[in-house]
Amino acid sequence: MGLTGGRLASLVAAALVGGYALATAVGIFLGGILPMPRGEAALVGNLLSFAVYAGAVIWTFVVRRPVKVWLGLMIPACALVTGGLLLTGQAG
Amino acid sequence: MTRTPVGKGLGGSPKADGSPAGGFRQAMSWLHTWVGLTLGWVLFFIFLTGTVGYFDTEIDRWMQPELPQAQTGLNSTDTAQVLLERLRVEAPGADRWFLTLPAGRHQPYPGIFWQGASTKAGASATSGELQVNGNTGEPFSARDTGGGQLLYQMHWRLHYLSRTQADIIVGFATMFMLVALITGIIIHKKIFRDFFTFRPGKGQRSWLDAHNVLSVVALPFHLMITYSGLIFMGFSYMPLIVAAHYGVDDEARQQFISEVFDPPGLMGSAGESAPLIPLDDLIAVAEERWGEHRIRSIDIRHPGDGNARIIFYENIERRVASGGERLIFDGVSGELLHQVPPATSAAKGARDLFVGLHEGLFAPPVLRWLFFFSGLLGSGMIATGLVLWAVKRRQRMEKKHSLPHLGLRLVEKLNVGTVVGLPIGIAAYFWANRLLPVASVGRADWEVHLMFLAWLMVLIHAACRPNHRAWVEQLAIAGLAFGLLPLLNLLTTDRGLWHSLVANDWVFVGFDLTVLIVGLMSGWAAWQVWQKRPLIDAGGIAIKQGRSAQEFPGGQL
Repeated sequence: MGLTGGRLASLVAAALVGGYALATAVGIFLGGILPMPRGEAALVGNLLSFAVYAGAVIWTFVVRRPVKVWLGLMIPACALVTGGLLLTGQAG
Repeated sequence: MTRTPVGKGLGGSPKADGSPAGGFRQAMSWLHTWVGLTLGWVLFFIFLTGTVGYFDTEIDRWMQPELPQAQTGLNSTDTAQVLLERLRVEAPGADRWFLTLPAGRHQPYPGIFWQGASTKAGASATSGELQVNGNTGEPFSARDTGGGQLLYQMHWRLHYLSRTQADIIVGFATMFMLVALITGIIIHKKIFRDFFTFRPGKGQRSWLDAHNVLSVVALPFHLMITYSGLIFMGFSYMPLIVAAHYGVDDEARQQFISEVFDPPGLMGSAGESAPLIPLDDLIAVAEERWGEHRIRSIDIRHPGDGNARIIFYENIERRVASGGERLIFDGVSGELLHQVPPATSAAKGARDLFVGLHEGLFAPPVLRWLFFFSGLLGSGMIATGLVLWAVKRRQRMEKKHSLPHLGLRLVEKLNVGTVVGLPIGIAAYFWANRLLPVASVGRADWEVHLMFLAWLMVLIHAACRPNHRAWVEQLAIAGLAFGLLPLLNLLTTDRGLWHSLVANDWVFVGFDLTVLIVGLMSGWAAWQVWQKRPLIDAGGIAIKQGRSAQEFPGGQL
């Protein structure tokens, strides 16, 4: 169960890159759906994104299974970005 | 958590490599250890220079002893007039004139700043800034120095690095700090009981207790300062959120900034000249609204143009959130166009609150000292965490009678060379300020170079000396370097401690006394560590003396 070599590297990358992607995605999503002027909505997304990032890093090392972690971060990230941008388009 | 056996503590499982054997808390423990260690020394640098930054203006003033005491309380109308005259001389044809009034602790002197001036029309530079003597209207001449501002800017700009490089390093370090804090809280079950638990003289246990107390006592501060640090730089760290809704180019970004942050009513230049309205009446309006001496600055956009706008900024000492009220006047007719409240939206209000708490510009003296001590507790939290990592592994290694591995030795050297070495570097910065010739070229740069050179020397010293000796010797050096600063100040300026006391110059008194206390405490710490030195027998083997040789940070030799 020890974390070494490729598995550790994959988890670290997932935490840093995948976590960043999810944090950005949540920010974009909130910027798209919140019922306020777009500048404010984007600012709220920005303020909260760091909490998401921290949460994603911690979750990564609770799960500690690279494939599950990568999928668990990247699928929601893609969905949130797509959803956020589509909903923005509708509102605008 | 402190009651659990050693192996299940911070390092995760009892396995030699410290990897988690499974379980939620072990995983958190492992993560806490490694996010804390990886950028721990960078975090220590950020925390300590940021903490010192709570007294940036005071340090500025100590580092420019040629300047008089603060000029707060000057008549606003006269001061603005003096500054405006200076701007007409220095910066004709500028896009922007900015007048700083001596409104308080963070702005002790009047000042000007300008952008987009025309050198053809006789401007001294297209953009620049000056501190101006409010009594004479002449620019101050004082020694060239980075001052407290540079020291404080280092906590996010680092030094010798580009903005982008510094942003990346500081951004990850801050995020690691946030993760370390959250995981630290999770693994720390008995948060209140442990707060009253300190078991000195027990080696690793004592370091763990110290780490816990330092972390818990100022936990709200640690969380606030870390998260607000991320928010502060949020647009640099998470640029895609804004870009997704505005676009990726600079113009799109500017659009976002102006939508959220700019006051309303600003216009581009009209291209036709019109005389700028005298400021007297506008100042009267602002002071009637805010109170005397409460105008922080006056920002003139397109002075002398038909579309000139004049923005008055309220002083910030009455509000935690950064920024006060703004008044926007037509720069030609003098009509009051807008009164902008500090927070134009809930989102901006939340950001301003975090930023305001982080900067602490609102803080009166007592609260400012609390900020300072909280920052020191944070620095101590990081330092004890780093030392704990090393002491624990040293202890484990000694039980097995094995030799320290390279990683442990490196961490031990970096610990002493940073935890004591960085303060020595800061002291060197102050020494350089007094000893470099006032008129020498590039002296401001050399002050900083000497700071980092001193730190480098200390790191080399740490690498060459046995660990315990390195702690003793460096703490002693730090003691002398800080403790003798008041004497140096007395010998090189006419503003020694006695003079400052008689003159009620509390900025200088405060600086001299603070560095004296830091020096005495470093000397005391050196003595304490020296007392716990391990004895060496004839065969060169360390013998534990008294309670335990593991009490001092380096463990055995």
